[in-house]
Amino acid sequence: MGWFKRIKEGITTSTKEKKETPEGLWYKCPSCKKIIPSNEHQENAYVCPHCGYHEKIGSVEYFNLLFDEGKFVELFSNLVSKDPLKFVDTKPYTQRLQESFEKSGLKDAMRVATGKMNGMSLVICCMDFQFIGGSMGSVVGEKISLAIDYCIENKSPLLIISKSGGARMMEAAYSLMQMAKTAAKLSVLSNHKIPYISLLTDPTTGGVTASFAMLGDLNVAEPGSLIGFAGPRVVKETIGKDLPKGFQTAEFVLEHGFLDKIIPRTKLKTELFHLFDFLS
Amino acid sequence: MTYLDFEKPIQELENELNKLKEVQKKSKVPLDDKIEELNKLIENKIREIYSNLTAWQRVQVSRHPERPYTLAYAEYITNGTFMELHGDRCVADDKAMVGGFGKIEGQTFMIIGQQKGINTKMRQIRRFGMANPDGYRKALRLMKLAEKFNKPIVTFIDTPGAYPGLEAEERGQGEAIARNLYEMAQLKVPVICFIIGEGASGGALGIGVGDRVYMLENTWYSVISPESCSSILWRSWEHKEKAAEALKLTAKDMFEHGLIDGIIPEPLGGAHRNPQQAFENVKKVILESYQELKKIDPQTLVEKRIQKFVSMGEVEALDVNEIHNEILND
Ligand SMILES: [Zn+2]
Repeated sequence: MGWFKRIKEGITTSTKEKKETPEGLWYKCPSCKKIIPSNEHQENAYVCPHCGYHEKIGSVEYFNLLFDEGKFVELFSNLVSKDPLKFVDTKPYTQRLQESFEKSGLKDAMRVATGKMNGMSLVICCMDFQFIGGSMGSVVGEKISLAIDYCIENKSPLLIISKSGGARMMEAAYSLMQMAKTAAKLSVLSNHKIPYISLLTDPTTGGVTASFAMLGDLNVAEPGSLIGFAGPRVVKETIGKDLPKGFQTAEFVLEHGFLDKIIPRTKLKTELFHLFDFLS
Repeated sequence: MTYLDFEKPIQELENELNKLKEVQKKSKVPLDDKIEELNKLIENKIREIYSNLTAWQRVQVSRHPERPYTLAYAEYITNGTFMELHGDRCVADDKAMVGGFGKIEGQTFMIIGQQKGINTKMRQIRRFGMANPDGYRKALRLMKLAEKFNKPIVTFIDTPGAYPGLEAEERGQGEAIARNLYEMAQLKVPVICFIIGEGASGGALGIGVGDRVYMLENTWYSVISPESCSSILWRSWEHKEKAAEALKLTAKDMFEHGLIDGIIPEPLGGAHRNPQQAFENVKKVILESYQELKKIDPQTLVEKRIQKFVSMGEVEALDVNEIHNEILND
């Protein structure tokens, strides 16, 4: 059982969760339709070598990509949603959660981990889109809040990787207040002069964009990511005509002054390390 | 007077009353007794209907076209001393967000809020109270100005959401709201917020990070409107009543969940039936809250404000052993 151990907070530790892609599997790029071996695709950070399409990936993949040798300690992994409103739409929220646990193997839409990036200690909060569309509820807010406490205590820089459809509607106003909660906590982190980089990935919209994702000391994004506050469908309905080409892409957001940089995933670790190094 | 669908019985009685008054005027027959009787009847009917409002009916009242808006509150509670200030010093003066200084009982306050239009033309100009990033940046500029000169801040929230337009996205609607949340958390002066109508989503919260947050009795506050919630979760607009219930968006629900600090009573039949009474109720709470908050030193004020929002959320911490077992079983 050497692959897991308890740390002092009594929180579960997972070291390496690297998914080994069996040989002989193939990946078909949804953008250029070319077919490549899956292990080659994985080794290229899940980016199509032909057209540069960035496949959507989750927290496990990002942790493996960014932490040295894919080694990390997960923090606050025992937190789950409580359904404070006893919310029922076409099905009860509790059932929706249960199904998401089973389908994704995740406990909520964010995981927090600490480890080393090129030898530098770092805390990463990473969203998982698979879990109810990466929506922000109480667990996401609380994990960010606790991660910030951890960063302050350990003087560790913070990276938050956003990938979210926005609010968790089933937590209604609780979900809304996570925007104020995370923004307020980031202002505290800022007072401690601890660097925070926000990485926006495809897609980052709604309440996540309008809170922690736009509040980095540096805001960076993966190429081609959809980034916005209102969803494109809503904007289209508002203006009553087709949206201009490239609207709400990372490149569009960069051009309008809300991102510092676009970083291809294959260069993510190197460039993030440089950016953190400038700030440290 | 505009009547809501559930106010039909009130409308009938009030029509009758108007007829009676007309008859009295023309025929000079004294009908005072009958009129008084009818007035009593109307009052009882309003009380009966308004003591049992559903969540959706409260949403309807919050949107009543004759309901008082931010500028009406600002004018009244400052006894006409309110002076509007304009512009975000960046690109525009957003008419959906207003703000300025005014005096209440001799104390200068910065008053900020979304503003809905009072007629068709103004509704267009004010985008139905849906602010652009310029509006949020104007609000922040005015808040920082108030902080610099040590003036307390009052915000009036009344919006169906931040404006979801093309230019709003180009100019960073998400960043503008996020920045306000972040900066409001650190303001060194008292911040008192009121939901006076609709409190929809990040557009409402963007001026809502206060030491005290109050909702008027017939308002709503949530992450999404019941209509949009219905269309997303039920994939149809038909379930807005159900969505309104499920979202627990009324003042009572929000107070019970500890997400607001208090509920302000409205005059019988809603704020629009007696705006002055609504203004007086709000003014009283502003003065009371300010008396409490001004005694707190700025550092503590900020810490308490942050702590209040940080404590919002319901999570369960699973037993760690339970998780270990799960991993072992994998
Ligand atoms: Zn490709």
